[in-house]
Amino acid sequence: MTPNTVAGALSRHGYLPDEGISTAVFLAMTLNRPLLLEGEAGVGKTELAKTLAAATGGQLIRLQCYEGIDVSQAVYDWDYARQLLHLRATEATGESTTRTADELEAELYGERFLIKRALLRAIEPVEGPPPVLLIDEIDRADDEFEAYLLEILSDFQITIPEVGVFRADRPPIVILTSNRTRDVHDALKRRCLYHWVEHPGFDREVAIVRLRVPEIDAELARQVAGAVETLRGLSLYKPPGVAETIDWATALGRLGATELDEHVVANTLGTVVKYREDNQRVEQHGMADLVQQAIATGRAHRDAPGQLTIDDA
Amino acid sequence: MSRPDLAAPPADIAVAFSQLLRGLGLSVPTSCTHTFAAALCETGLDDRDTTYWVGRSTLVRRMEDIALYDRAFAVFFEGRRSNGLDEPLEEPLSITIAVDTDDDDSADGDDADATDEEVIELRFSATEILRHKDFADYSADELAQAQELMSHLRLIGAPRASLRRGPTSRRTSTPDIRRTVRSAIRAGGEPIERHHLAPTPRLRRLVLLLDVSGSMEPYARALLRFVHAAVAGRQKVEAFALGTRLTRITRELASRDPDIAVRAAGQRVTDWSGGTRLGSGLRRFNDDWGVRGLARNSVVVILSDGWDRGDPDELGAEMQRLQRVTHRLIWVNPLKVTPGYAPLARGMAAALPYVDRFVEGHSVAAMEELTRVIAEG
Repeated sequence: MTPNTVAGALSRHGYLPDEGISTAVFLAMTLNRPLLLEGEAGVGKTELAKTLAAATGGQLIRLQCYEGIDVSQAVYDWDYARQLLHLRATEATGESTTRTADELEAELYGERFLIKRALLRAIEPVEGPPPVLLIDEIDRADDEFEAYLLEILSDFQITIPEVGVFRADRPPIVILTSNRTRDVHDALKRRCLYHWVEHPGFDREVAIVRLRVPEIDAELARQVAGAVETLRGLSLYKPPGVAETIDWATALGRLGATELDEHVVANTLGTVVKYREDNQRVEQHGMADLVQQAIATGRAHRDAPGQLTIDDA
Repeated sequence: MSRPDLAAPPADIAVAFSQLLRGLGLSVPTSCTHTFAAALCETGLDDRDTTYWVGRSTLVRRMEDIALYDRAFAVFFEGRRSNGLDEPLEEPLSITIAVDTDDDDSADGDDADATDEEVIELRFSATEILRHKDFADYSADELAQAQELMSHLRLIGAPRASLRRGPTSRRTSTPDIRRTVRSAIRAGGEPIERHHLAPTPRLRRLVLLLDVSGSMEPYARALLRFVHAAVAGRQKVEAFALGTRLTRITRELASRDPDIAVRAAGQRVTDWSGGTRLGSGLRRFNDDWGVRGLARNSVVVILSDGWDRGDPDELGAEMQRLQRVTHRLIWVNPLKVTPGYAPLARGMAAALPYVDRFVEGHSVAAMEELTRVIAEG
């Protein structure tokens, strides 16, 4: 395996990585280290994990973090209702009289009543390729949970007092994402590889649009990428990410557009620009200018196409 | 520095390059050097781009450090030594700032911007007088004493209910199934004791934005100590310096020793006593930190006199944007205490409609009051 084969495998499954991403993923896989991805919203951090799962054939296990997430929601819990029911059932059938308290207790805290949550499922032995564990938006979880992750991410093992230690025989591929709403703790960062995900360049973005929205015309794809590039330069509150570009291209495809014009841009702008203030800024810039520039960029790149096409990506 | 011998063992190269990065102020733990070396063994050193990305994903852990890494990489692996490490990299480090208390350019009373506030003469003790004296009128000695006073300020942030729940002895609407079942099993399956959960209290995050422009000069030194006391005393505090640009100084201020911390922060802030563009600085803050999540549901404190060379409309718009996401937006203005003060500075006037609390910030007593305002929640 090399970074290039990683890039090839990812692009065959609909994700066009740049060299930085493919190298980072390659290292995460060969060195068995978690990969921490940071970047603006909508640059494809979560998508990378999904595609990676599709490419390796491993199961995708996703843990969405939020404030207050704790062990019983992320790692394991006991099925209390069934435990109680079981206790009553053994009493009712008279089974409990034939057994010692220890036996009964061991039964109640056996794997049968254990509810396995995302992190525990990720380190369980599996047939086939190891799963991809996506720990999404780690910055939303609190410090307590981050501290708990340290044990799991460095040793890939989980201790359940009543049962014992679970250890992964083959560690999962772990992707963590963060939107940088706060600093992830240094101790956690030190265990991870780090990659800052950028917006893609023009050629890559065109290739991504063509790959994800094959129904639209190549010319329109270039125009959309050109318009998005202009929008990113307008210092909007929320500059559009690749996710928005794809949404926009899809919307244009549904409307049967073959070319950008003022009317269709005005009607579909809500797919890329999501703040009232940003809308105003685009209007100030001039919708006609935006369309003109996009068409010009599209034409310029048709005449001098970039390096990147889907085939050699 | 000459081009390294790329035929050397990867471990040697990894160590040498890590040392270069450390010399430039990047924190590179040994474990990262180790990972870098292991990664180089996998990829080799033949391809420039691969080596670049291998180093970046193993040695860099913050987006802010990428630029530094790029320069070090160019020098180390590409042998670009011309105007390499010595000059440009020194630049952000070489600015010295008169933050130190014991400097002889003391807090001079003849500063044109300083207010001539009449000192409330309370004749209890020197400390008492000092507490009410305007920072701008301090002598160097007094500043040192005041800083001593301020380091005793303990900011207790406003508590809020966290989404994390913990056991409680009260009866709440959320049962603690785990503990209830545990005690039921002990009682042979009979849920006699019932346990409950309640949200645990948690301190709200406090974000401090300190204006370090020229007009704030007489106050910024003293206020930076206040900011340090806040950062060193509590976990969830973020601090930024606001001048012509925005600089995050949380990490620099984290040291317990106020002198070390304040000096480190002073070195980090390159636009000390320069102009102010509050609007664009706030814009940066909102884009990169605040609206993303740092300011959400937090108490945000802006320490500034409101003198602004930028566009007041932009400041107003950014204040509105910030206020929408914060729990509380507090503006601390050292000039407010001046008799007859009216928020005439254009920036201040533009910002004021979006401020939840507008308080004084000219003296130790005023800062004590501020800690009370913050704690109110």
